[in-house]
Amino acid sequence: MTAQATTDAPRPEVGRSRTRKEDARLVTGRTTWTDNITTPGLLYLAILRSPMAPARIDRIDVAPALERPGVIAALTGRDLADELGPMPCVWPVTEDIVMPDHPAVAVDEVRYAGEPVAVVVARGRYAAADALEAVEVDYTPLPPVLGLEAALADDAPLVHAGKGTNRCYTWPLDTGNYAAQKARADVVLRRRYTQQRLIPNAMEPRAVVATPPTASNEYTLYSATQVPHVARVILSMVTGIPEQRLRVIAPDVGGGFGSKLQVYGEEAVALALARKLGRPVKWTESRSEGYQATHHGRGQIQDIEIAATKDGEILGLSVDLLADMGAYLMLITPGIPLLGAFMYPGIYKMNAYTFRCTGVFTTKTPTDAYRGAGRPEATFAIERTMDELAAELGLDPIELRRRNWIRHEEFPYTSIAGLTYDSGNYEAATDRALALFGYDGLRAEQRERRARHDPVRLGIGISTFTEMCGLAPSRVLRDLRYAAGGWEAATIRMLPTGKVEVTTGTSPHGQGHATCWSQIAADVLGVPFDDIEVVHGDTRAVPQGMDTYGSRSLVVGGLAVHHAALKVVAKARRVAAHLLEANEADLEFTAGTFSVRGSPEATKTIQDVAYATFSSHDLPDGMEPTINAGHLVDPDNFSYPHGTHLCAIEVDTETGRARIRSYVCVDDIGKVINPMIVQGQIHGGLAQGIAQALYEEAVYDTEGNLVSGTMADYLVPAAPDLPDFVTDRTETPATSNALGVKGVGEAGTIASTPAVVNAVVDALRPLGVRDVAMPCTPQRIWQAVTDARAKGART
Amino acid sequence: MIPAAFDYVRPDTIDEAVRTLHDGGEDAKVLAGGQSLIPILRLRLAFPELLVDLGRIPELRGVREDPATGSLVIGAMTTHHDVIHDPLVRRHAGLLAAATETVADPAVRHRGTLGGSLSHADPAGDLPAVLLALDGEMVAAGPRGRRTVPAREFFVDYLRTALADDEVLVEIRVPRADGWGFHYEKFSRVAQGWAIVGVAALVRRVDGRIAEARIGLTNMGSTPLRARTTEAALAGAEAVPAAVASAADAAAEGTRPATDLSATPEYRAHLARVLTRRAVLAAAGTE
Repeated sequence: MTAQATTDAPRPEVGRSRTRKEDARLVTGRTTWTDNITTPGLLYLAILRSPMAPARIDRIDVAPALERPGVIAALTGRDLADELGPMPCVWPVTEDIVMPDHPAVAVDEVRYAGEPVAVVVARGRYAAADALEAVEVDYTPLPPVLGLEAALADDAPLVHAGKGTNRCYTWPLDTGNYAAQKARADVVLRRRYTQQRLIPNAMEPRAVVATPPTASNEYTLYSATQVPHVARVILSMVTGIPEQRLRVIAPDVGGGFGSKLQVYGEEAVALALARKLGRPVKWTESRSEGYQATHHGRGQIQDIEIAATKDGEILGLSVDLLADMGAYLMLITPGIPLLGAFMYPGIYKMNAYTFRCTGVFTTKTPTDAYRGAGRPEATFAIERTMDELAAELGLDPIELRRRNWIRHEEFPYTSIAGLTYDSGNYEAATDRALALFGYDGLRAEQRERRARHDPVRLGIGISTFTEMCGLAPSRVLRDLRYAAGGWEAATIRMLPTGKVEVTTGTSPHGQGHATCWSQIAADVLGVPFDDIEVVHGDTRAVPQGMDTYGSRSLVVGGLAVHHAALKVVAKARRVAAHLLEANEADLEFTAGTFSVRGSPEATKTIQDVAYATFSSHDLPDGMEPTINAGHLVDPDNFSYPHGTHLCAIEVDTETGRARIRSYVCVDDIGKVINPMIVQGQIHGGLAQGIAQALYEEAVYDTEGNLVSGTMADYLVPAAPDLPDFVTDRTETPATSNALGVKGVGEAGTIASTPAVVNAVVDALRPLGVRDVAMPCTPQRIWQAVTDARAKGART
Repeated sequence: MIPAAFDYVRPDTIDEAVRTLHDGGEDAKVLAGGQSLIPILRLRLAFPELLVDLGRIPELRGVREDPATGSLVIGAMTTHHDVIHDPLVRRHAGLLAAATETVADPAVRHRGTLGGSLSHADPAGDLPAVLLALDGEMVAAGPRGRRTVPAREFFVDYLRTALADDEVLVEIRVPRADGWGFHYEKFSRVAQGWAIVGVAALVRRVDGRIAEARIGLTNMGSTPLRARTTEAALAGAEAVPAAVASAADAAAEGTRPATDLSATPEYRAHLARVLTRRAVLAAAGTE
């Protein structure tokens, strides 16, 4: 590159905090949220849900609802069974997995409170809601199955009587000889942690509009989904609508956190009704409906055992999980805990690892992916255990981690669980975090408060983590018995006017893909950021894609955009050489302009080339007209973001209130496309991880009713409840992809929960407290302090 | 969620509102900001046939001084936001302004009203205990004219007041608390959440002693309560932590707190003692 060209080169787009081009319409709401969509003849669907679980349906009569004003149709589960196949699960994790039938609307039996039992379609939303009250149902309650261990007892009532067991599967992983390592250990620590159930709480509830093939020959389903492409495949199988005649559109979607990485019965029902009635049908869930019927997250009991030397060297790790499937297997329910299976060893070296997960059916709302999906649970267990081990050995928890983590010069490193971490620098991230946090000063204050018996104690919590992102190499998915691949697609079309259309198979619902993909393409193509339009979320406009989840979009989908852009430039170079009558090898390409080395006045812009390929008047012999490059990426490896999170918390031992005083995180997510968007992802992730540590829990009573059924009882923290976050980054580029990126969507959620709980326990450890169950509510903390003091007084 | 159908009227005068309520019988409900009633309707926990919206009756809004007694007279439909920022309230009934600032979130405070909150009589609401501590009075208008009900007689049971079905709360009268120290200590899990326990404290100090204290408890029973034993123990006590703590130990006497997802009765009783100590010390300017 000549000096002249370097001076002319515009500032790169990648790395700039570009304001998100999609935000103006998203934040004003003047956009196509699914519930905003209206279409002539639209009918409204309302769903009657079981008020109890489990129960036998002795009698159900929808006829009285049909007599209500405005009602067009009312159907039971049995009526719909003729229209729809069962809802599938695409991740049968073992050969002998128990997979019960899952009808979109219950037939004869309900297994969780909130399960659909009948549907009503009416001319108006109010008429449909009113008519639900007229449906007559007689239930006989059945015994609930609530606890995971109780569910596996020999005499436990069965969630699916025909299956003979509540055990869904048992999935093992063994590397090294754990028993031998345990035998030579100086210290063996065993702990049990419970991952409470969480409710995802996307800002936009689920919503669906299904239109029949009237104006065209296809069905169209608008859905507030993360996965339009996956939904098209699944729904064509469930409804029998041929795949080529089903178009799925995810318009602007307001959050998901995994809860919309799902294909729901309501989507299938809406399509079936559009077909049956020949009219478009809309359904929008209410928040309390969503609390019962949108899938939940987490829900695990973790027995973890660590074997170490007295110097703190980890020898081996054993993990035994019980994972709550809920009443049915949703799209990928059984696989969620296995996304964590590989992450329990975290960033640490060890000689042996043994893992076992048993999936268990209960009479509760089904579980499935929730931000982090398996990896937060794993990180929580290992990071809590590291703090416990440090306390046991009398070591500073940072020092214990230093003695065990993979050093930066050891990358690439194959973990005991068999993953090859391509890059990382745990030392750098940790040193930076400690400096920002003022670790030594806070430890001094902590000692001082203890010494004067201050009722408000200071606790310091640490969490180091890595995660597997960029889901996923298709061959790995094959080995895990997942039904699909993990590739992603992009196309880039140069338009005659020189503008650019990018299509992406990722399906953003808040992440800012339109902005980031524009930044990636702009740098490669040398066109202005504003000249690029990113199209997504429509199976007609973007035929290929695997959608958005698991911190995959940038690492797989963004990479596809990058490679497609390189293909555009490669073809444009051939055309430019032809037009300039030069050898390709003599062309330079800078800031969107091809020039001939040595003849600076001979140039063609990429826009000139775009027009030339459109007119096709003068192309090299045999070249196809236009530039429309596509690229599919199937990653070779996962990506491995990591980071160090530090939390200082003040715990009022009189009231039990825990208040985060400062929170520092240094994340290494590799190369960054847009720092502002990264910051937003980290902040939101921290809020959600802190929410699990201190606030949120889906609570069921002894009869199986969800009692945390509204936002008054299920506490989602808001800005006043959260501290100012200090965030920083180190940048160790991924070596497994050309952009050097690692993904950031889940990092904050994964790391923050153990940092906060470690801080709470650290504050109370001198009082004799060794654990507080999540969420660490004021009452639980107060109770833990009270119990520890009573025990201390006795001994 | 979608409420069941109801009729809606928005009278312009108090008389018209009372007449409409009277004619509507027990199926008519007052809409006074809607921050509690609308969610109840949306969840289909209530099915009133008629809503009488008091939102456009000018005389129900605003704060004035009663020239005869010097008491503040607050229109029932004065929003929380307006209460917080009213200069008379801030000067003479600072406890009410301070407690109202802790109600829910800004959206609720802009629509919700003092009268609506008091008439709803949720013992977890912040303002009933505050009016109890302030020895406020409620003025109700009904078909038989107006009557005044002291706060201690107004809150009858969980979500029940002394108002008849055809009565409207029109004014809240608050005696001036000039010279009293005050503090509202609210303990909630999230900022916009209900109080697990709240303590409203008013303290009058004379020469380093507490001459008189009034303490209202939020969410310690089916109605707001006064911590009478603690009040008696504080009368004449030194305004020092040890004396206040000793008096506050009786704060949960006579209470019957409920169990919910956030707290057991034992924990609530413990909180009442701790928070009462803190509230009184803060009100006394000791802490």
